[in-house]
Amino acid sequence: MAAHPDSIIPPDEGAFEESPYTKADPQPYVDPYSLPLEALNPANPSLFYQDAHWDTFARLREEAPIHYTKKSEFGAYWSFVKYKHIKYIDTHHEDFSSYPAITVGEPDEELPLPMFIAMDPPSHGLQRKAVSPVAGPRNLSALQPIIRRRAGAILDELPVGETFNWVERVSIEQTTQMLATLFDFPWEDRYKLTRWSDVATATPQSGLVESEQARRMELLECREYFNRLWKERTGHTKGNDLISLMANDPATEDMSEAEFLGNLVLLIVGGNDTTRNSLSGGVVALNRFPEQFAKLRADPSLIPNMVSEIIRWQTPLAHMRRRAVRDIEFEGHKIREGDKVVMWYLSGNRDEEVFENAEAFDIERGNARSHMAFGFGIHRCMGNRVAEMQLKIVWEECLKRFRHVEVVGEPERIFSAFVHGYSDLPVRLHPR
Amino acid sequence: MPKLTFVTHDGTVHQVDGEEGRSVMNAAIDNLVPGIDADCGGECACATCHVYVDDAWLAHVGEPDAAEDAMLDLNPEREPNSRLSCQIEVTGQLEGFRARIPEFQM
Repeated sequence: MAAHPDSIIPPDEGAFEESPYTKADPQPYVDPYSLPLEALNPANPSLFYQDAHWDTFARLREEAPIHYTKKSEFGAYWSFVKYKHIKYIDTHHEDFSSYPAITVGEPDEELPLPMFIAMDPPSHGLQRKAVSPVAGPRNLSALQPIIRRRAGAILDELPVGETFNWVERVSIEQTTQMLATLFDFPWEDRYKLTRWSDVATATPQSGLVESEQARRMELLECREYFNRLWKERTGHTKGNDLISLMANDPATEDMSEAEFLGNLVLLIVGGNDTTRNSLSGGVVALNRFPEQFAKLRADPSLIPNMVSEIIRWQTPLAHMRRRAVRDIEFEGHKIREGDKVVMWYLSGNRDEEVFENAEAFDIERGNARSHMAFGFGIHRCMGNRVAEMQLKIVWEECLKRFRHVEVVGEPERIFSAFVHGYSDLPVRLHPR
Repeated sequence: MPKLTFVTHDGTVHQVDGEEGRSVMNAAIDNLVPGIDADCGGECACATCHVYVDDAWLAHVGEPDAAEDAMLDLNPEREPNSRLSCQIEVTGQLEGFRARIPEFQM
């Protein structure tokens, strides 16, 4: 049975230790092999910002696949880094609750964002069902020609031969347009979605918002904006956009203001930060493994499998977290009721036990589809097909136009242990 | 080995041999029947081996258990005869089993 929210023990206050590090002043890199195992803090955002997190996870997979960090800016937490263990946690939602949040950080007490991904059955299923048809296969096949036309337009406007930021011009543009379509959002205001998506997962340390207060103000503005759309669409049961679906479904029509904003944030972030970073990650991967780019050029029919491999290789959301609802003994470790458990999808996707030569990007990898970036179990990504479709179309249209998307500078990464991706990716296009 | 029949969305009929003790999903994948992804490898964790079981076989294969039911429930295109093929075991009694594969997996 699902845990009653009250049974969740609040995190141990003494385990929280503020971090002085920010995006502007990240923690200098320390070789994880030079530290005692118990000192490792894999959720340290400085590591991700510097693309320096891989060795920590490699060491944990080898030496401490179930690891406990006693003290950190996120409090105490368990790290699960092996594919099989993560799959176990993910599929045992009756023991490992998603409530009240699914990232390693604690929810904002002043502006809590209850959302269905951070709920257990039965509310999870009921609310998810209200919106899932929008990402359902039937709706998607109807959208496909529109997406292809728009992706083509985005690519046609790129400045060939000049250096530009792929993240801004392609990844953000593509995913924001997609999201605006799914929300039937006023087109001219669509960049608000991009901003709200960034703000929702931002901390003051990330450089995106000035303070927690500033972040809250922007999210309340988001709520107000959507409130207006909600009111306009209530009673119009024919709409197949996310707002109309929520406004006219018994499971969601009476949501509280908090739940309304929470679910909006979930859908915005879910549709934005994720595929955005896979669209960028594919470019990074194909440049780091040029023989794969050659293979792709020679045979574009490899695109569908490449899409899965991109998602595995990038893993745009690095983790999801759960909380143990009872004392559980797991592989000799005593996990106590209330303990925070982090499933590092990005590490599971580098697990050599499942993916041979896992560091390598291989567009012909036989089991690329087995990646865990979408999660497993009842919280599995609702938009997986939207993601795959966009990546497929963008790469198909891209290859029709360009021989090469050349990375011409070091990418800048996100200061986050959750959103795993890029803010700047300087590239230059080579025409066909 | 019992013969199993899958009908894909475009109406193509695939007749394959099922291996007793393994799942209907395995029989489809091993014989390269298109339309089944089975991303999680058969652990009832991804719902991408969804099939519509022919009415004649529904009673025989029985109801999904709670875990399968929860996964099927994620699919907006679930029908009363929806099952995850990884959760149906091939037995001698399954000779002649027939299921339709949806156009898309979720």
